[in-house]
Amino acid sequence: MLNISQNPHSHLNLHVTERDQPDEPTVEAMQAPADETLIGRIARGDRLAMQVLFARHHVRIYRFVLRLLRDEMAAEDVIGDVFLDVWRQASRFEGRSAVSTWLIAIARFKALSLLRKRRDDGLDAETAESIEDVADDPERAVAKLDKGEKLRRCLAGLSYEHREIIDLVYYHEKSVEEVARIVGIPENTVKTRMFYARKKLGELCRMAGIDRGWP
Amino acid sequence: MTLGGAAGDFDREQPTDIEALLPWYAAGTLRRRDRQRVEAALRQNPELARHIELVREELAETIHLNETLGAPSPAVADRLIAAIDGEASARKRAPGVAAGWLTGFFASLSPRTMAVAASFAMLAIALQAVMIVDIFTKPAGTLPSAEQGTEHKNGTFAMVRFAREASAGEITKFLQNYQAALVDGPTPNGLYRVRVAMTALAKEELARIVARMRQDRIVETAEPAAK
Repeated sequence: MLNISQNPHSHLNLHVTERDQPDEPTVEAMQAPADETLIGRIARGDRLAMQVLFARHHVRIYRFVLRLLRDEMAAEDVIGDVFLDVWRQASRFEGRSAVSTWLIAIARFKALSLLRKRRDDGLDAETAESIEDVADDPERAVAKLDKGEKLRRCLAGLSYEHREIIDLVYYHEKSVEEVARIVGIPENTVKTRMFYARKKLGELCRMAGIDRGWP
Repeated sequence: MTLGGAAGDFDREQPTDIEALLPWYAAGTLRRRDRQRVEAALRQNPELARHIELVREELAETIHLNETLGAPSPAVADRLIAAIDGEASARKRAPGVAAGWLTGFFASLSPRTMAVAASFAMLAIALQAVMIVDIFTKPAGTLPSAEQGTEHKNGTFAMVRFAREASAGEITKFLQNYQAALVDGPTPNGLYRVRVAMTALAKEELARIVARMRQDRIVETAEPAAK
């Protein structure tokens, strides 16, 4: 079920001191003050700041959305909307979460709204949830892949919920607390969802002929 | 092959506390206390140490997968800039926006403040005029706008003098009703230049609007204005 009930602009306002701070700053942490400065300038109508923020984050946001939607054109439309929202609502950003977390939350909200609309419109939801086939004989094609490629194919074949959480943790380097805020679920649920996502990945790998020894 | 021995542990439906933290440990996003707990567990449990290698493998392939997704086309940036430019222009063009902003401003005032005498209302009106002129003449950012400097020339205008007893709230509502904006004034004789349309209206249409304005109890005088 799509969890899009929360306003992405409102559930990220926990104070930064409550965040799960790593001891060594991540790339994002080092950029955070600059991002916040940019947001402040954007709130005052500074378009150059908008361009800098866009240049810094749009590729990752695009990839996050693309992994959810599996539709490049739709993903481009979504990120355009995301940054237009930033332009309109920068003054509402209170600096209590990382800017990238705020961006991802907005992007997620828009992407899942689009998915839900497509589902309501009767479009084939199964297409978005199915494993992508790249050949007429997928089984034989998979057999030719090396382990890394097979693993990536299995990652791509996870449900959107599992793809999302794996991407947030591994690629977007989000802490437990940040994922909880973005997805709108309790922190313990974040941990168990990640665990199940990894278990499912292991099952897909086994089906693809990779014995990883777990689960 | 499973992780053997303790492998059954990893097959549970619910992860242990440490197992659940392994992805964040591998990603380097755990706080010190949790990281130290995981490191201690890894030293004591060889099966857990093997498990973390699986996590690292997943992490590496997830990054690989995402990095091969490419990037959006440059057209996205172009469309965004165009949309921002369009919004800035629309904001400057739409008198209703200014009126709405003023409504919010005055709505934020307390009832007591809103009950000030007419003389204070006139002061507020003058303030409105200054603010609106400021809104419409202020550059909308670092990029130039094609409409900059033309706001007070385009459109259809009326000259209006409000009744002394008119409150700021009433004047704001009046402006909203007519989708109008104060763009200049007051003149020495208390008249304000009010834009009633963004386009050039026919004389008859302007006369009709002005006639209707004169019926409003807060309007003392209203006349068509030259451009």
